[in-house]
Amino acid sequence: MSLSVQNISCLRAGRAIFENLSFDLKKGDCLVLRGPNGSGKTTLLKTLAGILPSATGEIHCDPAQISYAGHLDAIKAQLTVRENLTFWAGIYDAGNLDRVLSEFDLTTLADRYGQTLSAGQRRRLGLARMILTECQIWLLDEPTNSLDAEHAAIFAKAVNKHCSNGGVAVLSSHIDLHIPNTQTLDLSDFAPTGATETDPFLQGGFS
Amino acid sequence: MKSLFLRDIKLAFRSGGGFGLTLAFFLIVILFVPLGVGADNAILARIAPGILWIGAILSCLLSLDRIFQLDFEDGTLEALATSPLPLESIAASKAAAHWITTGLPLTIIAPLLAYLLQLPYAGYFWLISSLLIGTPALSFIGTFAAAVTVGVKRGGLLLSLLVLPLYIPTLIFGAQTVIRATISLNPMPALLLTVGISLFSIALMPFACALALKVNLK
Repeated sequence: MSLSVQNISCLRAGRAIFENLSFDLKKGDCLVLRGPNGSGKTTLLKTLAGILPSATGEIHCDPAQISYAGHLDAIKAQLTVRENLTFWAGIYDAGNLDRVLSEFDLTTLADRYGQTLSAGQRRRLGLARMILTECQIWLLDEPTNSLDAEHAAIFAKAVNKHCSNGGVAVLSSHIDLHIPNTQTLDLSDFAPTGATETDPFLQGGFS
Repeated sequence: MKSLFLRDIKLAFRSGGGFGLTLAFFLIVILFVPLGVGADNAILARIAPGILWIGAILSCLLSLDRIFQLDFEDGTLEALATSPLPLESIAASKAAAHWITTGLPLTIIAPLLAYLLQLPYAGYFWLISSLLIGTPALSFIGTFAAAVTVGVKRGGLLLSLLVLPLYIPTLIFGAQTVIRATISLNPMPALLLTVGISLFSIALMPFACALALKVNLK
C-alpha cells in the first residue's frame, strides 16, 4: 500500500492554500504535517481523502483503503459507545469490536451515551473508529486534541503499530508524539508564490 | 448500507429523533380542520382528501432537515463520504429510512383521521393506496432538497421553500385519486400517475442527492 502525491495545489474560496506539493509514502511510513494555523493542513488531508478537489497534479492511492478522521469525531449523541462503533463496523464490514474498545480504554464506557462523554473520551471513540475500519491509509486531523498525556501515548503506540503492520499514516499535530521513524512536512514551505489566478474557471471552481 | 439504514431508524425513535413529532403534528393539523371549518359533514367529506394529503405533506416536511443536517454537524457525513459506501447508497438508504419513520406511520394513521373528517367509505381503500404509493416520492424528493441545503445554517425554511413546489405533482395526483373515488369516477389513472412520480423519484433522486452532497462537502 502506498500513497503518492505529485504537484497538487489546493484552492479554498478562490485563494490558493498551497502549491506544487509532492511526496511519496510507502508501506510503514508515517508523515506528520506541520505549519502555522491556516497553512493548509486540514485542506491537504481533505484533499487526500477525496472530499476536496485538487486544482492540479495527481494523487495515487486506493480510495477504498482510506480512513479519515476530521476535527469532529462523528459520534451520535443518542447512541451508546458500543452502538456508535457497531454502526461503523457495519459500514466497513469489520467485527473486532471488543478488541478496539479495549485498545482505546473504552470498555468501561461501552454503555454510556455519546452525549455524556467528555471531549477526550469522544476523541478516543473517534480514533477507535480508525482501527475498526482496517484501512491501510489513515488520515488524521489533529488527532491528539483534547487527549491527556497518557492517552496521547496510547494513540502514538496505535499509530506505530499500524505503520509497522504495513500501514500508512498522515497526521497533523502541533505536539511531538514521539512516534519513531516519522517524516515531517512543513506546509509553509509550499505557500503560494506569485500572482493568484482570479478567473474562477481557471481556478477550477467549476470543475 | 443496511447498517446505516438501521441506525437511522434507531435514531428516529431516540430522543430528538422526530418520529413522534411527525405523527403528533399530522394529528393536530387534521383535528384543527373541523374546528376551523365547522362540523358540517358535507363540507368536511368534500375537503377530506385534500386536507389529509396536505397534512401528510406538511408533517413529512418537519423531519426533512434532520436527514443530513445532524450528520453534517457532527462530522458523520464527512466520515461516511470517505467510507467505501457510495454517496448514492447513502442517499437512498437515508430516504428509505425517512419513509419508514414518516411516510409509513402517516399512511397507517390516516384512515383513523379520515373517519374524523367524514371521508365517504368509497375513499378509504384509495386513500391508503395513494398515501402508501405517494409518500415514498415525498421522502426521496425531500432527501434531495435536504442534500442541496445541507451546509446552510438554519436552512429549514429555505428547505421548505425549495421542496414544496416539487411536491405539487404528488399532491395533485395523490389527492385526485381519493377525490375521484369518492365521487364515483375511476381513480386508477390518477393512482398510476402517482406510481409514476414515485418510481421516477426513487430511481433518480439518489443520484441528484449524491451530486448535491459532493458540492456541499467541499
